[in-house]
Amino acid sequence: MEIVDLKKWFPGVKANDGVNLTLCAGEVHAILGENGAGKSTLMKMIYGLLEPTAGEIRFMGKTVHFRSPREAIHAGIGMVHQHFMLIPALTVAENVVLGDEPGRIRFDRKEAQRRVYELSEKYRLAIDPSAKVGTLSVGLQQRVEILKAFYRKAKLIILDEPTALLTPQETRELFSIVHSLKADGVPVLFISHKLDEVLEISDRVTVMRAGKTVETVETSSATPQSLANLMVGREVVLRVEKSPAHPGEPILQIRNLHVRDAGRMERVKGVDLELRRGEILGLAGIDGNGQFELADAIAGLLKVEQGQLIFDGEDITRWSPAERTRRGIAYVPQDRQLDGLVLSFDLVENTILRDFRKRPFAKTGVIDRTAASRYTERLIREFDVRPPDSSRKASELSGGNQQKVILAREVSRDPLMLIAAQPTRGLDVGAIEGIHRQLVRLRDEGKGVLLVSLELEEILSLSDRIAVIHDGRIVDIVPGAQATREQIGLLMTGSRGHSEVSLP
Amino acid sequence: MRSLRSIILPMGASILAILIGGILVAALGYNPVTVYGSLISGAFGTGINIGNTITASLPLIIVGLGIAISFQSGLFNIGADGQYWIGATAAVWFGYHFNHLPGWFHMILCIVVGMIAGALWAGVIPGFAKAFVGSHEVITTMMMSYIGILLARYLIEGGPMQQKGFNPQSPEVAQNTQFPYFTQGLMQSQLSLIAVAIALVAVIVVWFLLYKTTLGFQLRTVGLNQRAARYAGINVKLFTVLALCLSGMFAGLAGAVQMLGVDHRLLDGFSSNYGYTAIVVSLLARNNPIGVIIAGLFFGALTTGGQNMQMVSNVPAALTDVLTGLIIFFVACERIIPQVIGWYRRRRTLKSTSAA
Repeated sequence: MEIVDLKKWFPGVKANDGVNLTLCAGEVHAILGENGAGKSTLMKMIYGLLEPTAGEIRFMGKTVHFRSPREAIHAGIGMVHQHFMLIPALTVAENVVLGDEPGRIRFDRKEAQRRVYELSEKYRLAIDPSAKVGTLSVGLQQRVEILKAFYRKAKLIILDEPTALLTPQETRELFSIVHSLKADGVPVLFISHKLDEVLEISDRVTVMRAGKTVETVETSSATPQSLANLMVGREVVLRVEKSPAHPGEPILQIRNLHVRDAGRMERVKGVDLELRRGEILGLAGIDGNGQFELADAIAGLLKVEQGQLIFDGEDITRWSPAERTRRGIAYVPQDRQLDGLVLSFDLVENTILRDFRKRPFAKTGVIDRTAASRYTERLIREFDVRPPDSSRKASELSGGNQQKVILAREVSRDPLMLIAAQPTRGLDVGAIEGIHRQLVRLRDEGKGVLLVSLELEEILSLSDRIAVIHDGRIVDIVPGAQATREQIGLLMTGSRGHSEVSLP
Repeated sequence: MRSLRSIILPMGASILAILIGGILVAALGYNPVTVYGSLISGAFGTGINIGNTITASLPLIIVGLGIAISFQSGLFNIGADGQYWIGATAAVWFGYHFNHLPGWFHMILCIVVGMIAGALWAGVIPGFAKAFVGSHEVITTMMMSYIGILLARYLIEGGPMQQKGFNPQSPEVAQNTQFPYFTQGLMQSQLSLIAVAIALVAVIVVWFLLYKTTLGFQLRTVGLNQRAARYAGINVKLFTVLALCLSGMFAGLAGAVQMLGVDHRLLDGFSSNYGYTAIVVSLLARNNPIGVIIAGLFFGALTTGGQNMQMVSNVPAALTDVLTGLIIFFVACERIIPQVIGWYRRRRTLKSTSAA
């Protein structure tokens, strides 16, 4: 496949403005770029979801114009989307053959299962064709997506941010699948903004920035630093620079906490944890092990079933979210669009979302829009929110800038403690750098920071102590400086056999 | 740009509806120019007609404000008609009792009672049921609306509020509580400046409430994103009840104003449909209080103009209902128009690339 000087202009925006790319048979080619660099636009054009403004795409020696994904699939392009397009209530086999079912009028379920089984054997993608997709883990669901591509005789696989939702273990498995595809001569286009993954899996890397392909390099000759610089267009600090922590008094004590989620499932099953002033406590764990329910419970969004929360010497177990906010708990929720922002509010309204009752934003129940705007403008400057326009709606901002708005709001409230749940999810290197710096700054000011993250790398580089949660219980607490990836990874699965250091 | 669009699109939708209505009228064998001419002259032709139009639009505007509040809070108050009649009934009952009170105080009392009655009718059962049990407010407000309308009817058809020896109707409210008409012309169109003032003040109050107060901020937050509202420390249950109360309060206010200003008593024949037309008014105004004035006047004009249209050009007045339906349809379609434009643009780029 070859892409020559491809351009896609939207009114007012040049989403792609000169993309050049050559994909050889049997290579894993990574496309690396920050959010908003134009990766998704490029993918959509290859997949026939968007029409290019100029330039051309050549596939297998021929110039192609895909007008719909159907034509792209027909030509042999297989796409695995970041968010899976699967029907949870159907089985693996049914999902794979969907839209191209064997049998004439009657759906031949046996034949479907047989074909899917053959495919999974052929490409060594072990999976049970008769399992319901809804019951599968995220990693296995991704396999179903890959099988779907092969079922439609894909000659090229595009993986769009494939590891975004995977655990480290599942990522390993995905990588071995990619390796075996490569061995079979299937070219893979691997879209990502994660440097380490790109370095590990790809043969060549094309870096995109501001809608243009900047450079294509051999992966073997690249370093994380060189790629990051190419991506951002300037020198980037990859590792968080931080001085040793000076932990003080405990700010939050969690005692034997039990929490049920909205579906009445018990998610937190007796957690004891202590967060001190001036430290970053990382809460590591595989998704779905109760970490986000714990964070919600501390913020007051989920009711505590049993146990106690002591914040700054006061029992806040029965307090309302508003009272906790007032007392000094800041919270960056996991889902920024569902919880953290009101998307159709403008930035001013979103900035005062948690403090609209307080002076100077409101006096006797009347909102002072001028004061709120002034404050918002200040935060926009300080946190470099783009575009710097406080009258924009939150929905018009990119994910990274939305997150900046939430973080700016929470950090600037001058809290005693910050709970940050997945603060950098889906963000690019430049934005992550800024957010990490803010967390460390907060810590250095003597605030307690509880960092809940699924990114092991993030936990390891930021935390002063790391608590590992599994199945609603804390497995172990490890000092951050001594922790290794393997050790935490193992603890995340619930086994503490090899843990070297143990704290009470 | 965005605000301009939000004005132009509903206007465009209305104009398109009028055009199609014209074609329809022509197809039925009438002269569309005469028909629309009689519609417009009926609505705005003379001072009295303009007065009639304003009189007809006032209840729509006030109920529409209530609907706008509920919509902005993410709630569908479908039962404004019942809240209107409960407010009207309460106002009338207080209006023909307590006759020894001074006029201005009696007036205010009737209005306040009407507002409270409407607020409770919407807030107590639908509000609490929604907040604590999760019953959908579309069902509960609708059912309460039937109860309200039929209760009002019972009260004057053999119930305690029937005036003895007359057709089903209540006694007239005390003379000194009726809004004065000031001039002969206003008298003919039953237009009271007090009612106009109340409507205008209500518009300003609702606009201020929604956009300038923490109360409105919380209502709108709950309406747009309940999870974020909880995160913001807003008591979502409380504000659900409050939103329905406020919504019903304005429906009740409309009922009271209509009784004191126009009807002066409960009469048989409960078919105002203000509660339903006001939904369209609010939607056409995009739930914006200022826009509600324009949308309310528009529908008021359709009502009065429609009556004239029927008399002058023999077109059935039901045609105005058809016209209303067309407008609703086109306003709803307004979301489709940008999509069609996008589709057309894509086709264009596709052609240009294949030509290149």
